[in-house]
Amino acid sequence: MEKLLNKEVQDQLREVFNELKENVTMVLFTSEKDCESCEATQGLLTEVAELSDKLSVKQHDLNSEEAKQYDITLAPSFVLLNAKGEYQGVKFNGIPAGHEINSFISALIEMSGAESEIPAELLERIQKIDKPVNIKVFVTLSCPHCPGAVQKAHKIAMLNKNVVGEMIEAQTFYDLSTKFNVSGVPKIIINDSLELVGNQPIERFLEQIESL
Amino acid sequence: MSLNFSFSGLNKSKVDTSILYDFVAIGGGPAGYNAALYAKRKGLKTLVIAKKPGGQLLNTSSVDNYLGFVELSGEALSEHFIEHIQSIDVKEVNDQAIESIQKINEIFELTMENGDVLKTKTVLVATGSNPRKLGVKGEDTFANAGVAYCAICDAPLFKGKDVIIAGGGNSAVEAAIDVAKIAKQVTLVHRSQFRADQVLIDKMMAQSNITIHLESQILEIYGDVKMRGIKALNKKTNEEFSVEADGIFIEIGNIPNSGLVKDLVELNANQEVLVNRKQETSLPGLYAAGDVTDTPYKQIIVATAEGAKAALAANEYINTH
Ligand SMILES: Cc1cc2nc3c(=O)[nH]c(=O)nc-3n(C[C@H](O)[C@H](O)[C@H](O)COP(=O)(O)OP(=O)(O)OC[C@H]3O[C@@H](n4cnc5c(N)ncnc54)[C@H](O)[C@@H]3O)c2cc1C
Repeated sequence: MEKLLNKEVQDQLREVFNELKENVTMVLFTSEKDCESCEATQGLLTEVAELSDKLSVKQHDLNSEEAKQYDITLAPSFVLLNAKGEYQGVKFNGIPAGHEINSFISALIEMSGAESEIPAELLERIQKIDKPVNIKVFVTLSCPHCPGAVQKAHKIAMLNKNVVGEMIEAQTFYDLSTKFNVSGVPKIIINDSLELVGNQPIERFLEQIESL
Repeated sequence: MSLNFSFSGLNKSKVDTSILYDFVAIGGGPAGYNAALYAKRKGLKTLVIAKKPGGQLLNTSSVDNYLGFVELSGEALSEHFIEHIQSIDVKEVNDQAIESIQKINEIFELTMENGDVLKTKTVLVATGSNPRKLGVKGEDTFANAGVAYCAICDAPLFKGKDVIIAGGGNSAVEAAIDVAKIAKQVTLVHRSQFRADQVLIDKMMAQSNITIHLESQILEIYGDVKMRGIKALNKKTNEEFSVEADGIFIEIGNIPNSGLVKDLVELNANQEVLVNRKQETSLPGLYAAGDVTDTPYKQIIVATAEGAKAALAANEYINTH
């Protein structure tokens, strides 16, 4: 199969991956049937993993035990595990290509333990979240404003074990997008009930979460 | 679904707040970047601050009127701009907005979102503009339930659907062309005659799934849980008509982002910053360029040129103060 990432992007990524601190595992879930982008997603993850020896990929079926463990219901989906093999609520549904390569790469870097800046006041508010929170961020691959929203959802997830942040590629998961009335991206859905539109600051995410 | 990877690098902007800058450009669009290029080349201590690096270029699928490039995407053009300023080591602060500007004893103090304060001798306001709203019933109700303002972001969501485009300028016609590739049927509704370039209109007319209503005023966007269509008035015949649709892209021009300086400098009735031929505003040391100003033509090449003028004028100001 022809490479998905051209030489230029590969070189860029190789350089960025110098920032990886510890190992990160990508656990991918695919399905034999009705999965248009499974093969491409598998290809992308494999190509990305080849660019750093800190990165690796595991693959399971959508109907596996592992899928249940990470609450996976769609294919392709993948989660990131930190160096200790722990899941911190960082999930991608659909291929993170186009602009979403940006949220994918920064999730890898942050999951590896590289420091990310966040004001102390916000950190405190994030750490106070004490109930299960699911943040869905619907995106399209041509949306330049979407990775910002996905990165925030993932950041909150990484900082609090009660939170799961997931990117959902709206075209691939058309039925789910229709269910949540997605007609503009990024669209952020919290616990399947509250919604935010557009790339909002972390404060707005927190206001919604705190209102739950 | 196009996979086109566009990796923009990691964003780690640490800014040095301890030094006094010569020139700070607020805005990461064509005006801000070109100003930074000129200022840096004049030897000024230069910084560019961008809430959203790339500005409106990111929302532009194709640019074919920027001299030297026959055709490229807005995003690709913004990457060229950024590469150019990075090649001469212009300092950038990305994903941060300036929240307020004060002039104290000839020095400007710019307060950032995160509370940090920057000091500079001169400042350029190149904050561009944002999409204008229609201001009709239903527009807010169905915001994100059919009503959209970013055609390249949201067009993929309307695959096989019926879509309305409001507006008759270049961005409306471009949106119609782009959306028609994905949607089933596109209806363009505009309250007067076309303002778009003829080449674009010709390109649009070549598409078989676009219907056009000129001289037609949109009165209302209606629907239930999501939008179902619009009501409009044909101003020639004075008859009302409806168009059923799943979505509407509103492309009726822009409003200037001049809020930051509204109490500092003179604006015109459209809230545009008044500037002279050197991009000077009514406050010495503060310049404005691009879409935020009262410049008559809001175009990339106009914004870049104004950025250049502002930087050269700021350099002159610093040398004589
Ligand atoms: C859909 C569309 C298609 C277009 N097509 C074309 C075309 O084909 N050809 C053409 O010539 N023109 C086109 N235009 C117009 C062109 O994009 C604009 O004229 C041009 O981008 C204006 O540049 P600017 O630098 O003034 O502002 P902008 O591009 O709007 O950039 C403003 C910058 O300021 C930042 N900013 C705003 N407030 C703050 C703050 N408080 N602090 C920090 N940063 C801030 C923004 O994030 C952004 O980075 C198009 C516009 C649109 C919307």
